Amino acid sequence: MSEHEEHTSRSQGFYLAIGAGLLLLTATTVGAAFVNLGPFNPIIALLIATIKATLVVLFFMHVKGASEKLTGAIVVSGFFFLSILLTLSLADYLTRSWR
Amino acid sequence: MRNSEAAAMEHEAHNPALLHHFADAQQQKNAASLGMWLFLVTEIMFFGGMFCAYLIYRLNHFNAFAAGSQQLSIKLGAFNTAVLIVSSVTVVLAVKAAEAGRRKLLVGYLVVTILLGMTFLVVKGFEYNEKFEKHHVPGPTFNFTDTFDDNGKQIPVNPKEAELFFSLYFAMTGMHALHMIIGCGLFSVLAVLAWKGHYTPGYYTPIENAGLYWHLVDIIWIYLFPLLYLISRHS
Repeated sequence: MSEHEEHTSRSQGFYLAIGAGLLLLTATTVGAAFVNLGPFNPIIALLIATIKATLVVLFFMHVKGASEKLTGAIVVSGFFFLSILLTLSLADYLTRSWR
Repeated sequence: MRNSEAAAMEHEAHNPALLHHFADAQQQKNAASLGMWLFLVTEIMFFGGMFCAYLIYRLNHFNAFAAGSQQLSIKLGAFNTAVLIVSSVTVVLAVKAAEAGRRKLLVGYLVVTILLGMTFLVVKGFEYNEKFEKHHVPGPTFNFTDTFDDNGKQIPVNPKEAELFFSLYFAMTGMHALHMIIGCGLFSVLAVLAWKGHYTPGYYTPIENAGLYWHLVDIIWIYLFPLLYLISRHS
Protein backbone atom coordinates (compact mmCIF):
# COMPACT_ATOMS: atom_id res chain seq x y z
CA MET A 1 0.00 0.00 0.00
CA SER A 2 2.67 2.45 1.02
CA GLU A 3 4.36 2.26 -2.39
CA HIS A 4 1.24 3.56 -4.09
CA GLU A 5 0.50 6.19 -1.50
CA GLU A 6 1.07 9.55 -3.07
CA HIS A 7 2.85 12.23 -1.15
CA THR A 8 1.71 15.55 -2.45
CA SER A 9 3.74 17.67 -0.05
CA ARG A 10 7.01 19.28 -1.04
CA SER A 11 10.15 20.22 0.84
CA GLN A 12 10.10 22.63 3.77
CA GLY A 13 12.34 25.04 1.86
CA PHE A 14 9.85 25.16 -0.99
CA TYR A 15 7.01 26.18 1.34
CA LEU A 16 9.18 28.77 3.07
CA ALA A 17 10.08 30.19 -0.36
CA ILE A 18 6.39 30.45 -1.36
CA GLY A 19 5.66 32.09 2.01
CA ALA A 20 8.49 34.59 1.45
CA GLY A 21 7.11 35.29 -2.02
CA LEU A 22 3.67 35.98 -0.56
CA LEU A 23 5.14 38.39 1.99
CA LEU A 24 7.10 40.13 -0.77
CA LEU A 25 3.93 40.51 -2.85
CA THR A 26 2.15 41.95 0.21
CA ALA A 27 4.90 44.55 0.58
CA THR A 28 4.64 45.30 -3.15
CA THR A 29 0.89 45.84 -3.06
CA VAL A 30 1.19 48.12 0.00
CA GLY A 31 3.91 50.12 -1.75
CA ALA A 32 1.90 50.35 -4.97
CA ALA A 33 -1.10 51.72 -3.03
CA PHE A 34 0.87 54.88 -2.17
CA VAL A 35 1.73 55.64 -5.80
CA ASN A 36 -0.95 57.41 -7.80
CA LEU A 37 -1.52 55.28 -10.88
CA GLY A 38 -5.04 56.52 -11.56
CA PRO A 39 -7.38 53.75 -12.68
CA PHE A 40 -4.53 51.23 -12.50
CA ASN A 41 -4.36 51.32 -8.68
CA PRO A 42 -7.27 48.92 -8.14
CA ILE A 43 -6.24 46.81 -11.13
CA ILE A 44 -2.70 46.31 -9.78
CA ALA A 45 -3.98 45.64 -6.24
CA LEU A 46 -6.42 42.97 -7.46
CA LEU A 47 -3.85 41.49 -9.86
CA ILE A 48 -1.34 41.03 -7.01
CA ALA A 49 -4.10 39.59 -4.78
CA THR A 50 -4.97 37.11 -7.52
CA ILE A 51 -1.32 36.07 -7.92
CA LYS A 52 -1.13 35.52 -4.15
CA ALA A 53 -4.39 33.54 -4.08
CA THR A 54 -3.18 31.40 -7.00
CA LEU A 55 0.08 30.60 -5.19
CA VAL A 56 -1.87 29.57 -2.08
CA VAL A 57 -4.35 27.42 -4.03
CA LEU A 58 -1.75 25.68 -6.18
CA PHE A 59 0.99 25.02 -3.64
CA PHE A 60 -0.39 25.34 -0.09
CA MET A 61 -3.71 23.68 -0.94
CA HIS A 62 -1.91 21.13 -3.13
CA VAL A 63 -4.18 21.54 -6.13
CA LYS A 64 -1.10 21.33 -8.35
CA GLY A 65 -0.06 17.71 -8.29
CA ALA A 66 -3.27 16.55 -6.60
CA SER A 67 -3.86 12.83 -7.04
CA GLU A 68 -7.56 13.43 -7.63
CA LYS A 69 -8.01 15.35 -10.88
CA LEU A 70 -11.64 16.07 -10.01
CA THR A 71 -10.40 18.44 -7.27
CA GLY A 72 -9.05 20.76 -9.95
CA ALA A 73 -12.43 20.75 -11.72
CA ILE A 74 -14.24 21.63 -8.48
CA VAL A 75 -11.83 24.50 -7.78
CA VAL A 76 -12.17 25.87 -11.30
CA SER A 77 -15.98 25.56 -11.16
CA GLY A 78 -16.02 27.53 -7.89
CA PHE A 79 -14.14 30.45 -9.37
CA PHE A 80 -16.09 30.13 -12.62
CA PHE A 81 -19.43 30.60 -10.86
CA LEU A 82 -17.98 33.43 -8.79
CA SER A 83 -16.89 35.14 -12.01
CA ILE A 84 -20.42 34.72 -13.43
CA LEU A 85 -21.82 36.38 -10.32
CA LEU A 86 -19.39 39.28 -10.52
CA THR A 87 -19.26 39.88 -14.29
CA LEU A 88 -23.00 39.65 -14.92
CA SER A 89 -23.80 41.87 -11.93
CA LEU A 90 -21.20 44.44 -12.90
CA ALA A 91 -22.21 44.25 -16.58
CA ASP A 92 -25.56 45.57 -15.36
CA TYR A 93 -24.38 48.22 -12.90
CA LEU A 94 -21.50 49.49 -15.02
CA THR A 95 -23.70 50.16 -18.04
CA ARG A 96 -26.66 51.85 -16.31
CA SER A 97 -25.35 55.35 -16.93
CA TRP A 98 -25.89 54.87 -20.69
CA ARG A 99 -29.65 55.15 -20.30
CA MET B 1 -3.53 3.34 18.27
CA ARG B 2 -2.49 0.60 20.64
CA ASN B 3 -4.50 -2.15 18.98
CA SER B 4 -3.56 -1.25 15.45
CA GLU B 5 -1.09 -4.08 15.01
CA ALA B 6 -3.48 -6.66 16.34
CA ALA B 7 -6.29 -5.28 14.21
CA ALA B 8 -4.06 -5.35 11.15
CA MET B 9 -3.30 -9.00 11.68
CA GLU B 10 -6.93 -9.85 12.27
CA HIS B 11 -8.52 -8.11 9.30
CA GLU B 12 -5.57 -7.77 6.98
CA ALA B 13 -6.48 -4.09 7.04
CA HIS B 14 -3.22 -2.16 7.02
CA ASN B 15 -4.82 1.07 8.08
CA PRO B 16 -7.18 1.10 11.10
CA ALA B 17 -8.70 4.38 9.90
CA LEU B 18 -9.73 2.89 6.53
CA LEU B 19 -13.52 2.57 6.34
CA HIS B 20 -14.87 -0.58 4.74
CA HIS B 21 -16.67 1.14 1.86
CA PHE B 22 -13.44 2.51 0.41
CA ALA B 23 -11.10 0.45 -1.74
CA ASP B 24 -7.96 1.89 -0.17
CA ALA B 25 -6.70 4.74 1.99
CA GLN B 26 -5.86 6.91 -1.02
CA GLN B 27 -9.43 6.69 -2.34
CA GLN B 28 -10.81 7.54 1.10
CA LYS B 29 -8.50 10.53 1.34
CA ASN B 30 -9.43 11.76 -2.14
CA ALA B 31 -13.14 11.50 -1.32
CA ALA B 32 -12.69 13.50 1.89
CA SER B 33 -10.61 16.12 0.09
CA LEU B 34 -13.21 16.40 -2.69
CA GLY B 35 -15.99 16.89 -0.13
CA MET B 36 -13.96 19.56 1.62
CA TRP B 37 -13.41 21.38 -1.65
CA LEU B 38 -17.15 21.31 -2.38
CA PHE B 39 -17.70 22.97 1.00
CA LEU B 40 -15.01 25.53 0.20
CA VAL B 41 -16.78 26.35 -3.08
CA THR B 42 -19.94 27.19 -1.10
CA GLU B 43 -17.75 29.41 1.10
CA ILE B 44 -16.36 31.14 -1.99
CA MET B 45 -19.90 31.86 -3.19
CA PHE B 46 -20.95 33.01 0.30
CA PHE B 47 -18.16 35.57 0.53
CA GLY B 48 -18.53 36.23 -3.21
CA GLY B 49 -21.98 37.67 -2.59
CA MET B 50 -20.55 40.16 -0.11
CA PHE B 51 -17.67 41.03 -2.44
CA CYS B 52 -20.21 41.64 -5.20
CA ALA B 53 -22.30 43.92 -2.96
CA TYR B 54 -19.12 45.80 -1.99
CA LEU B 55 -18.07 46.31 -5.63
CA ILE B 56 -21.51 47.57 -6.69
CA TYR B 57 -21.87 50.04 -3.81
CA ARG B 58 -18.29 51.15 -4.29
CA LEU B 59 -19.00 51.96 -7.92
CA ASN B 60 -22.13 53.91 -6.98
CA HIS B 61 -20.69 55.80 -4.01
CA PHE B 62 -17.02 56.01 -4.89
CA ASN B 63 -16.08 59.15 -2.90
CA ALA B 64 -17.71 57.97 0.33
CA PHE B 65 -16.13 54.53 0.02
CA ALA B 66 -12.72 56.06 -0.66
CA ALA B 67 -13.11 58.38 2.35
CA GLY B 68 -14.12 55.43 4.55
CA SER B 69 -11.24 53.34 3.23
CA GLN B 70 -8.78 56.14 4.08
CA GLN B 71 -9.85 55.85 7.75
CA LEU B 72 -8.49 52.30 7.99
CA SER B 73 -4.94 51.65 9.18
CA ILE B 74 -2.79 50.21 6.40
CA LYS B 75 -0.10 49.36 8.96
CA LEU B 76 -2.40 47.12 10.99
CA GLY B 77 -3.97 45.66 7.85
CA ALA B 78 -0.58 44.81 6.34
CA PHE B 79 0.63 43.37 9.65
CA ASN B 80 -2.43 41.12 9.81
CA THR B 81 -1.91 40.03 6.20
CA ALA B 82 1.65 39.00 7.05
CA VAL B 83 0.44 37.17 10.18
CA LEU B 84 -2.08 35.19 8.12
CA ILE B 85 0.49 34.32 5.44
CA VAL B 86 2.93 33.04 8.08
CA SER B 87 0.08 31.04 9.67
CA SER B 88 -0.65 29.48 6.27
CA VAL B 89 3.00 28.43 6.07
CA THR B 90 2.85 26.86 9.55
CA VAL B 91 -0.33 25.00 8.54
CA VAL B 92 1.27 23.57 5.44
CA LEU B 93 4.30 22.54 7.52
CA ALA B 94 1.92 20.94 10.05
CA VAL B 95 0.40 18.83 7.27
CA LYS B 96 3.91 17.88 6.19
CA ALA B 97 4.81 16.92 9.77
CA ALA B 98 1.64 14.79 9.98
CA GLU B 99 2.56 13.08 6.73
CA ALA B 100 6.00 12.28 8.14
CA GLY B 101 4.44 11.03 11.38
CA ARG B 102 6.27 13.58 13.54
CA ARG B 103 3.72 14.01 16.30
CA LYS B 104 5.40 16.66 18.45
CA LEU B 105 6.36 18.78 15.45
CA LEU B 106 2.76 18.55 14.21
CA VAL B 107 1.35 19.71 17.56
CA GLY B 108 3.95 22.49 17.66
CA TYR B 109 2.98 23.84 14.24
CA LEU B 110 -0.72 23.64 15.13
CA VAL B 111 -0.15 25.59 18.36
CA VAL B 112 1.87 28.25 16.50
CA THR B 113 -0.96 28.50 13.95
CA ILE B 114 -3.54 29.02 16.71
CA LEU B 115 -1.35 31.69 18.31
CA LEU B 116 -0.96 33.48 14.96
CA GLY B 117 -4.71 33.29 14.42
CA MET B 118 -5.28 34.82 17.84
CA THR B 119 -2.73 37.55 17.09
CA PHE B 120 -4.77 38.41 14.01
CA LEU B 121 -7.98 38.56 16.07
CA VAL B 122 -6.41 40.75 18.78
CA VAL B 123 -5.16 43.24 16.17
CA LYS B 124 -8.61 43.17 14.56
CA GLY B 125 -10.08 43.89 18.01
CA PHE B 126 -7.89 46.99 18.36
CA GLU B 127 -9.04 48.13 14.92
CA TYR B 128 -12.70 47.62 15.86
CA ASN B 129 -12.13 49.48 19.13
CA GLU B 130 -10.79 52.46 17.19
CA LYS B 131 -13.92 52.40 15.01
CA PHE B 132 -16.11 52.51 18.12
CA GLU B 133 -14.12 55.43 19.54
CA LYS B 134 -14.41 57.38 16.29
CA HIS B 135 -18.15 56.58 16.02
CA HIS B 136 -17.54 54.82 12.72
CA VAL B 137 -19.73 51.88 13.70
CA PRO B 138 -23.02 51.90 11.75
CA GLY B 139 -26.02 52.67 13.92
CA PRO B 140 -27.64 55.56 15.76
CA THR B 141 -24.29 56.91 17.03
CA PHE B 142 -22.64 56.84 13.60
CA ASN B 143 -20.84 60.07 12.85
CA PHE B 144 -18.64 60.71 9.83
CA THR B 145 -17.22 64.15 9.18
CA ASP B 146 -14.11 63.15 7.24
CA THR B 147 -13.61 64.04 3.60
CA PHE B 148 -12.19 62.09 0.69
CA ASP B 149 -8.60 63.19 0.21
CA ASP B 150 -8.24 63.03 -3.58
CA ASN B 151 -4.51 63.85 -3.82
CA GLY B 152 -4.79 66.88 -1.57
CA LYS B 153 -8.22 67.93 -2.83
CA GLN B 154 -10.76 67.50 -0.01
CA ILE B 155 -14.08 66.23 -1.32
CA PRO B 156 -16.98 66.20 1.19
CA VAL B 157 -18.98 62.98 1.34
CA ASN B 158 -22.47 61.97 2.35
CA PRO B 159 -22.24 60.35 5.84
CA LYS B 160 -25.06 57.96 4.91
CA GLU B 161 -22.93 56.57 2.10
CA ALA B 162 -19.90 56.32 4.39
CA GLU B 163 -22.11 54.36 6.81
CA LEU B 164 -22.74 51.92 3.96
CA PHE B 165 -18.98 51.44 3.59
CA PHE B 166 -18.57 50.70 7.29
CA SER B 167 -21.58 48.35 7.26
CA LEU B 168 -19.89 46.31 4.55
CA TYR B 169 -16.52 46.64 6.32
CA PHE B 170 -17.94 45.16 9.52
CA ALA B 171 -19.99 42.51 7.72
CA MET B 172 -17.04 41.27 5.68
CA THR B 173 -14.26 41.51 8.26
CA GLY B 174 -16.65 40.27 10.98
CA MET B 175 -17.64 37.22 8.98
CA HIS B 176 -13.97 36.64 8.19
CA ALA B 177 -13.07 36.97 11.89
CA LEU B 178 -15.82 34.45 12.75
CA HIS B 179 -14.20 32.02 10.32
CA MET B 180 -10.85 32.65 12.03
CA ILE B 181 -12.39 31.88 15.44
CA ILE B 182 -13.89 28.65 14.08
CA GLY B 183 -10.51 27.79 12.56
CA CYS B 184 -8.70 28.37 15.87
CA GLY B 185 -11.26 26.13 17.63
CA LEU B 186 -10.83 23.48 14.96
CA PHE B 187 -7.05 23.49 15.31
CA SER B 188 -7.31 23.38 19.12
CA VAL B 189 -9.30 20.15 18.91
CA LEU B 190 -6.94 18.74 16.28
CA ALA B 191 -3.87 19.67 18.37
CA VAL B 192 -5.26 17.73 21.36
CA LEU B 193 -6.11 14.72 19.18
CA ALA B 194 -2.71 14.91 17.48
CA TRP B 195 -1.02 15.02 20.91
CA LYS B 196 -2.91 11.84 21.84
CA GLY B 197 -1.57 10.21 18.68
CA HIS B 198 -4.76 10.02 16.63
CA TYR B 199 -2.97 10.86 13.42
CA THR B 200 -0.49 8.63 11.63
CA PRO B 201 1.23 8.89 8.25
CA GLY B 202 -1.57 6.58 7.04
CA TYR B 203 -4.36 8.83 8.32
CA TYR B 204 -4.18 12.58 8.84
CA THR B 205 -7.10 13.72 6.66
CA PRO B 206 -8.63 16.02 9.34
CA ILE B 207 -5.34 17.94 9.54
CA GLU B 208 -5.28 18.32 5.77
CA ASN B 209 -8.92 19.41 5.50
CA ALA B 210 -8.68 21.89 8.37
CA GLY B 211 -5.59 23.20 6.58
CA LEU B 212 -7.59 23.67 3.37
CA TYR B 213 -10.19 25.63 5.35
CA TRP B 214 -7.49 27.82 6.91
CA HIS B 215 -5.91 28.54 3.53
CA LEU B 216 -9.29 29.60 2.13
CA VAL B 217 -9.80 31.99 5.05
CA ASP B 218 -6.33 33.33 4.25
CA ILE B 219 -7.27 33.80 0.57
CA ILE B 220 -10.43 35.72 1.54
CA TRP B 221 -8.28 38.09 3.60
CA ILE B 222 -5.82 38.39 0.69
CA TYR B 223 -8.72 39.97 -1.25
CA LEU B 224 -10.28 41.87 1.66
CA PHE B 225 -7.02 43.67 2.46
CA PRO B 226 -6.56 45.47 -0.89
CA LEU B 227 -10.29 46.03 -1.44
CA LEU B 228 -10.95 47.58 1.98
CA TYR B 229 -7.60 49.13 2.93
CA LEU B 230 -5.52 49.82 -0.16
CA ILE B 231 -7.66 50.87 -3.10
CA SER B 232 -7.93 54.66 -3.49
CA ARG B 233 -5.26 55.32 -0.90
CA HIS B 234 -2.32 56.97 -2.75
CA SER B 235 -1.69 60.20 -0.83
